[in-house]
Amino acid sequence: MNSIILQLAAKYVRFLLIFFAFVALLRGHNYPGGGFIGGLLATLAIVYYSYAFDWRSVQKKLFMKPQGYVAVGLLMILLSFSPSLIQDETLMKGIWVSIPFGLLGQLKLGTPLLFDLGVFMTVIGVTLLFFFTLTKRR
Amino acid sequence: MAIALPILFPFLLILILVVVKSNRASQLIAVSGSAALVLIAIYLFFEVKSHGILTLDMGGWPSPMAITLVVDYLSVLMLIVSAIIVFVISIYAIYFLPGQHKSTKFYVFFFALAMGVNGAFITGDVFNLYVWFEVILISSFVLIIMGNSKEQLEGGIKYMALNLIGSLLFLAGLGLLYGKTGTLNMAHLAQILRAEEQSVLINSSTALFFIAFGIKAAVFPLFFWLPASYHTPNITISALFAGLLTKVGVYALIRFFTLFFVQDQTFWLNMLLVVAGFTMVAGGMAASAHYDVRRILSYHIISQIGYMIMGLAIFTPLAIAGAIFFMMHNMIAKTNTFLIAGIIHKIKGTFYLKDIGGLLNQSPFLAVLFIIPAFALVGVPPLSGFFAKFILVKAGIESKDYIIVAVAVFTAMLTLYSMIKIWNEAFLKEDPNDNQSQSKVVKLGFMHFLPSVILGLVSIFLGLFAATVFDFTTQAANQLIDPEAYINSVLNYTMP
Repeated sequence: MNSIILQLAAKYVRFLLIFFAFVALLRGHNYPGGGFIGGLLATLAIVYYSYAFDWRSVQKKLFMKPQGYVAVGLLMILLSFSPSLIQDETLMKGIWVSIPFGLLGQLKLGTPLLFDLGVFMTVIGVTLLFFFTLTKRR
Repeated sequence: MAIALPILFPFLLILILVVVKSNRASQLIAVSGSAALVLIAIYLFFEVKSHGILTLDMGGWPSPMAITLVVDYLSVLMLIVSAIIVFVISIYAIYFLPGQHKSTKFYVFFFALAMGVNGAFITGDVFNLYVWFEVILISSFVLIIMGNSKEQLEGGIKYMALNLIGSLLFLAGLGLLYGKTGTLNMAHLAQILRAEEQSVLINSSTALFFIAFGIKAAVFPLFFWLPASYHTPNITISALFAGLLTKVGVYALIRFFTLFFVQDQTFWLNMLLVVAGFTMVAGGMAASAHYDVRRILSYHIISQIGYMIMGLAIFTPLAIAGAIFFMMHNMIAKTNTFLIAGIIHKIKGTFYLKDIGGLLNQSPFLAVLFIIPAFALVGVPPLSGFFAKFILVKAGIESKDYIIVAVAVFTAMLTLYSMIKIWNEAFLKEDPNDNQSQSKVVKLGFMHFLPSVILGLVSIFLGLFAATVFDFTTQAANQLIDPEAYINSVLNYTMP
């Protein structure tokens, strides 16, 4: 599609959608949101952009094929199990580390976040795969 | 920790197989991986034997909140049998999958299916069970349509549509159950519902679950998806489905109707009994009308499901032990007949009985291999099927359900008839194309027969050591009939 309005909108909306995708991802720990919703929002950004511009340029920006996203996502999910195994805890128990950031407080990172990121990546990969297959853009 | 391995290990294998490009390497990984699954299942069996019921609360949350994995005797016996089938099929696939199925892609979904089946066997949470059913459904759909033919797509869509209705009803029943009790942990549900005298509120979910699992298990009025789809994919995949898919439905029926749907028990058990009788006869009758080996065997699966439901419906410890024994025997023997159908196809190029013949002279070894599962299914004494049927019939007579016993014996005749039909047509009869195509005779190596040999040996083993195996199934049945131990071992964190 060659609409200048759509293209201009897509440039900005893309960042907005990806930003909110990460907001949803991080918010999902205690509130509605999480990897699945975040992943769908991020896919929406990519799909929107690919409607406004040539889809080939979008695929170049994706670094790897959608299948790659699925594989990386599943790998992250598997990795998120390992800290609980190493510490000899129950499987999938959330393990947290906090990194002090001086005046800014501290950053808490944990395996549930890694798990959610894995879901995020997998959802992006699977939805993009659906999209590219159904619109014959593979 | 080891409890989660039947799920985690196939997951790891999937991840490895996604990356692996070479066919040869993926076959090697698949075969050794599935051998490891057998070892894991056997290890869990000995753990259950020495420590009783094993539980694992995922994520370290206290029990009714966490998704609990529970392994009792029933689960572990099912795990062992399904792992054996997965192992055997992983070898069989190397030789019998046609070239257009890339091994790498096949094995990914193959292990996804194995993961789903294992997950369904060991989960202690109703919603988690639903998730595993979905994993099974999606991966089996991909496996059915893998050949990309029109026929497979048609069968696959019928399969998917009818099973999705089942999943929908499952989800509806699950929602109602959660609304009424506020929990989906099976042990917690059992604790609440067993104390509840009032059955009116629970019956709606019981009905929904009954139909949902009925569709999955392919019982009498709900089996249409099975004969519509099982003959379409490659025989390797049909064999895998024959061994695993419907049995997960039967497992779920056994688990639910022994653990917490015990309110209106007489009504539901009579319902199950009627369904069991019709399932046996309908499957057996339909099998005798067909001439395509795969269709005969598919209808046959349905008829055998009836026996398992019969054991559950009689609901004495003996009958449930018999049902579990029957399930183990049937998974092995049924898969084996499908494997042999695949070998016949490889030799003769067709599944249609009228076009084949003379296999007895051409390959006596194959005839022996066919005799073992066929006789086991019919129930000839030294083999596994005899003991399975004997226990069920004995339990039926003891509880004075004479009609179902008569139906079961009659169905054994039907089974015998269709097995004799395959034997006569494929093995004894002269080859109808004898004079034309004698020049090209397909020679098969021993590896082609190996999967069938393994399953045949397991069938014989189940028959010879029937007493030992029956001991374990009896213990499984006792755990099911009196779920006090199950409930306590899951909820021990909350009620000290």
